[in-house]
Amino acid sequence: MRVNLKVWRQPGPHARGEFKTYATPDLNPDMSFLEMLDVVNDELTLKGEEPIAFAHDCREGICGTCSLVINGKPHGPHRAVASCQTYVRSFKDGETITIEPFRAKPFPVIRDLVTDRTAFDRIMSVGGYVSVRTGAAPDANSIPISKIDSDRAMDAAQCIGCGACVAACKNASAMLFVSAKVGHLGLLPQGQPERYRRVLAMVNAMDDEGFGNCTVTGSCAAVCPKEINLDFITRMNRDYLVALVQEGVGRKGAKEGAGG
Amino acid sequence: MKPLQLLFQSSIGKKMIMGATGAAMFLFVIGHLVGNLQVFLPKEHINAYAHLLHASEGLLWIIRLSLVGIVGLHVWSAVTLNAQNNSARPSTYGAGTGPFGASWASQYMFMTGLVIAAFVVYHLLHYTVQLSAINFAGKDFSTLTVVGGPQNGWKDVHQMLVIGFGSPIVSLFYLVAIGLLCIHLSHGASAMFQSLGIAEGAWRTRLEALAKCVSIGIFLGYASIPIAIFLRIVS
Ligand code: HEM
Ligand code: FES
Repeated sequence: MRVNLKVWRQPGPHARGEFKTYATPDLNPDMSFLEMLDVVNDELTLKGEEPIAFAHDCREGICGTCSLVINGKPHGPHRAVASCQTYVRSFKDGETITIEPFRAKPFPVIRDLVTDRTAFDRIMSVGGYVSVRTGAAPDANSIPISKIDSDRAMDAAQCIGCGACVAACKNASAMLFVSAKVGHLGLLPQGQPERYRRVLAMVNAMDDEGFGNCTVTGSCAAVCPKEINLDFITRMNRDYLVALVQEGVGRKGAKEGAGG
Repeated sequence: MKPLQLLFQSSIGKKMIMGATGAAMFLFVIGHLVGNLQVFLPKEHINAYAHLLHASEGLLWIIRLSLVGIVGLHVWSAVTLNAQNNSARPSTYGAGTGPFGASWASQYMFMTGLVIAAFVVYHLLHYTVQLSAINFAGKDFSTLTVVGGPQNGWKDVHQMLVIGFGSPIVSLFYLVAIGLLCIHLSHGASAMFQSLGIAEGAWRTRLEALAKCVSIGIFLGYASIPIAIFLRIVS
C-alpha cells in the first residue's frame, strides 16, 4: 500500500515551518509508522533532500521519546498506544496522513517533528525522586504496602513522560504528567517523607515552565499511551492543599525533605 | 513561600479558588431558585420572603458584598488561568485537534462564564438596582408596593416579576443566560470536586452524572418562571 504524508518541516527552532507532502513508496502494511518514516527518509536521502527529523528511541512503547501528532491526535488513532507502536495497517491505502509535532510553548520545536521536552526533566529534577541512602539493596517485602496502593502506584509509574497529555490538552496543561509523578511516589511508603515538599516543588516548576491549567476536559487521559487517569490530578490537588495547610501551620514536612 | 501567596499565584491554588468560589455560587444558585419558585404560590409568599431578606439591611449588605467578592475571585481566577492557557499554546495544529472525549461544556467554560457574568450585571440592574432604562417595561419597579391587606406598603416583588417578564426580549435573554448557566454547571459542578482534591474513581462518574442532572433541574426551575409568566400561568 501507499499513502501520502503531509509532514511539518521546520529547519530549526526559529525558522518558519510549513507542511510538505510526500508520496511514500510501496509499503508493507505491517511496518510500524516509524519504519514507514525510515523508508521515506531513505528515499529523501538518496534524492539529496533533508530527511524528516523525528524523535524515537525504544520503539516498543516504553521510553516516551516518540512524539508524533498523527491526523490531529497525539500518538495516532489508537487508544493506549504510543506513536512507535502504531502500524501502517491502521491507515487506508492512498490516505493522506498529517504528521506534526507536539505543540506547546514549553515544548519548542527543535527541528521538523522533534520537540524539546526538557521542561519535563526540569520538573522531575525538583522532586521526581526519593532521597535515600544507597546502601545494600534492601530486603524485599521489608516495607509493607497495601495491594491497592501498590497497584495504584504502578498505574502512575506507567507514565513514560512523552508529553502527549500536554499536546492534546486544549490548554497545553502538564497536570496529568506532574500528577502521575507526584502520585506515584506519594502512594509509596518510601515517598512519604518528601511527599508535601515534592508536590509544592513540582507544581512550582511546572508553573515556571509556562504550561497551561487543567479545566478537567479529560483529553489528556484519552490520548495517554499509558492510560494515566484524571484521578491522579485530584490526588495531586489534595496533596497540594495539605501542603499549603502544613506551610500555614508551620509544619516542617512541607519545607524539608527526608532529612539526614 | 507563604501559603496565601501560593494559593493566589500557583496554578493549582488558583484552580482551588475557582473551585471553591464555583461551589459557593452553585449553592447560591440553588438557594436563589428555591426562594424564587415561591412565585408559584399565592403572591403573599414571595413578597413576605423578599421582606424577610430585607429584614436587616446590614446583614443583607454583608451577604451582597461577600457574593460580589466570590464572583470577583471566580472571574479573576478564570481570566488569569485562561490567559496562561492561551499563551501556553501559541501555534495551533494544522490538522485541528479532536476533543478526545471532552464534553462540549468543558471546552467552552470561559465563553459561557463571560456571558453569565454579563447576565449577572444585567440581572442586578434589572431587579436589584431597578434601573428603569433597561427593564423594557416602561415602569419604575421601585414604585411597586402592595396596597392594602396585612402587607400594605411592602415591596410588591410578585408584581415586579410579572411586569418584568412580560417583556419577551427580557424573558428571552433570561432563558439564554440560564441555558448557558446550565451548560457551565453541567461541567463545573463536577469539575470543582477535582479542583478541590475530592472524589476519585467511582465517585467521579457519579458526580459527573449528578452535576448534569442538577444543572438540568436548575435550568428547568429557573426557566419555568419567565415561561409561566409569559403564558400567564402566573399573573
Ligand atoms: C453564577 C455564576 C457562576 C457559577 C455558578 C459558576 C460555577 C462554576 C463552577 C462550579 C466551576 C467549577 C470549578 C472548577 O472546575 O474547579 C466553574 C468553573 C469555571 N468558571 Fe464559573 N461560574 C459562574 C460564573 C462564571 C463566570 C462569570 C466566569 C467567567 C469569567 C466563569 C468562568 C469559569 C471558568 C473558566 C471555569 C473553569 C473551568 C474548569 O475548571 O473546568 N464562571 N464555574
Ligand atoms: S520510541 Fe520509545 S515509546 Fe515510542
